[in-house]
Amino acid sequence: MLGQVKENLLTRFRDSLYFLGGLSNLAAQSIYWMFVPPYKRKRIFEQAKKAGVDSLPIVLLISFFIGVILAFQISYLMARLGSEMYIASVVALSLVRELGPIITALVVAGRVGAAITAELGSMQVTEQIDALETLATNPVKYLVVPRLIALALMLPLLTVFADMIGILGGWLICVMKLGISSRLYLNITFDSLLFKDLFTGLSKTIFFGMIIAWVSCYEGFNVEGGAEGVGKATTKSVVTSFILIIACDCFFTALFYFIFP
Amino acid sequence: MSNDNIIEIKEISKSFNSHRVLKNLTLEIKRGSTLVVIGRSGCGKSVMLKHIVRLIEPDSGKVFIDGQDIWKMGERDIFALRKRMNMVFQGGALFDSLTVGENVGFELIEHDSISESQLFDRVEEALSLVGLSGISNLTPSELSGGMKKRVALARAICTNPEILLYDEPTTGVDPITADSINELIVSLHDKLKVTSIVVTHDMKSAYKIADRIAMLYQGQIIAEGTPSEIQNSDHAIVHQFINGLAQGPITETVEHFR
Repeated sequence: MLGQVKENLLTRFRDSLYFLGGLSNLAAQSIYWMFVPPYKRKRIFEQAKKAGVDSLPIVLLISFFIGVILAFQISYLMARLGSEMYIASVVALSLVRELGPIITALVVAGRVGAAITAELGSMQVTEQIDALETLATNPVKYLVVPRLIALALMLPLLTVFADMIGILGGWLICVMKLGISSRLYLNITFDSLLFKDLFTGLSKTIFFGMIIAWVSCYEGFNVEGGAEGVGKATTKSVVTSFILIIACDCFFTALFYFIFP
Repeated sequence: MSNDNIIEIKEISKSFNSHRVLKNLTLEIKRGSTLVVIGRSGCGKSVMLKHIVRLIEPDSGKVFIDGQDIWKMGERDIFALRKRMNMVFQGGALFDSLTVGENVGFELIEHDSISESQLFDRVEEALSLVGLSGISNLTPSELSGGMKKRVALARAICTNPEILLYDEPTTGVDPITADSINELIVSLHDKLKVTSIVVTHDMKSAYKIADRIAMLYQGQIIAEGTPSEIQNSDHAIVHQFINGLAQGPITETVEHFR
């Protein structure tokens, strides 16, 4: 019994090492091919539209709700502490430093990452990726590089919108429901936000975008076994992206905590 | 290294999950000739083709093209080689995010700076060779299976490659289309001196297009010769296969294994 558990754990551990090895390999290749000409801007725009513009409505909707929820929850806490003055700054700081980036990344991982894995996975099972190679085109350059660049650029942009709409949601509740004056709310919000809050919040989303691109492309390339394999890979891609994004966020939060105290 | 052979496969072996697909397979293809590789479904014919285009790395053994080991080439040489060589995949493997025209002209669009009108001409020329002119604005999902196969063929010949590999080009198309594909392969061979390797189990097609026929069985080439030599072979396995007999050494051994 114990032996089996140990063996299972060892297999799991070995599989994750394989996965991390493969992922790093793909990451290195994609960065290499990013700098090899020719550069096709059109393909980056196409992907940026799919990843960015098309994700905007859902990112806005979710971050609006998060802003509203946050305002209610924090006002409850602040009422108990008797310091309603700070609702605006707590809402703004938690959105800009943490919730905006992570919510955006998770939404994009679920929406765009899954689509990338499904698309590349179908291409893999129908030999289209092999066909690319025989047509003298490197699949990493053709498929991964545009997605990588598009996601790394679009995630910070989406996060800016998420932050703004989240703050709007908080403002709405505080002004309409809790009777804080609109002017005061906005003043406190902008006073409490420092450049480093924006910087730490946005810079990590570049990495979140790259994680989504690498994981979803890697899972897509490694699909085995037809339609069922594509389904499994898509699930795995989203779950893995979630875990890696949150782990990466944890790392950056700790790092920034010490760099910008 | 004799200059006659454009492709030399030397003792390659390949296993997938402990199942040995190719066992010390050796094969040579003469420049400008058409070699047909026959064998039962699942005997490793496609795997062999993928070794030649450098999609699969052999566990042991080497593949030489023009005397060069394809796994010892640099990035630049591989690129140059890939431009000289194309493959027609079994299911077509057309890119479904692109139109038929973009598929056929893929290599030209990606790597050559040619004008829009030149590109259009080349694409139309390739499509008309497979009898499908005027469909370049359709998407692959609008085509039938046989049409996809012919578009894939057009994509492969669009850049005038020296070496063409076909993975079952006549499987799943109607007899008339099959014959026109055969004729196209023959004319590419006669007029443009294209070296072709055709994997098939369609014997009618094999006799029509082949300069030489090789039979792949249990991961090895068990017989090779001109079509008439193969037809008159007294090798029991070859005899059973080319005559399509249900009873014989091939089916017996399969039962043995089980």
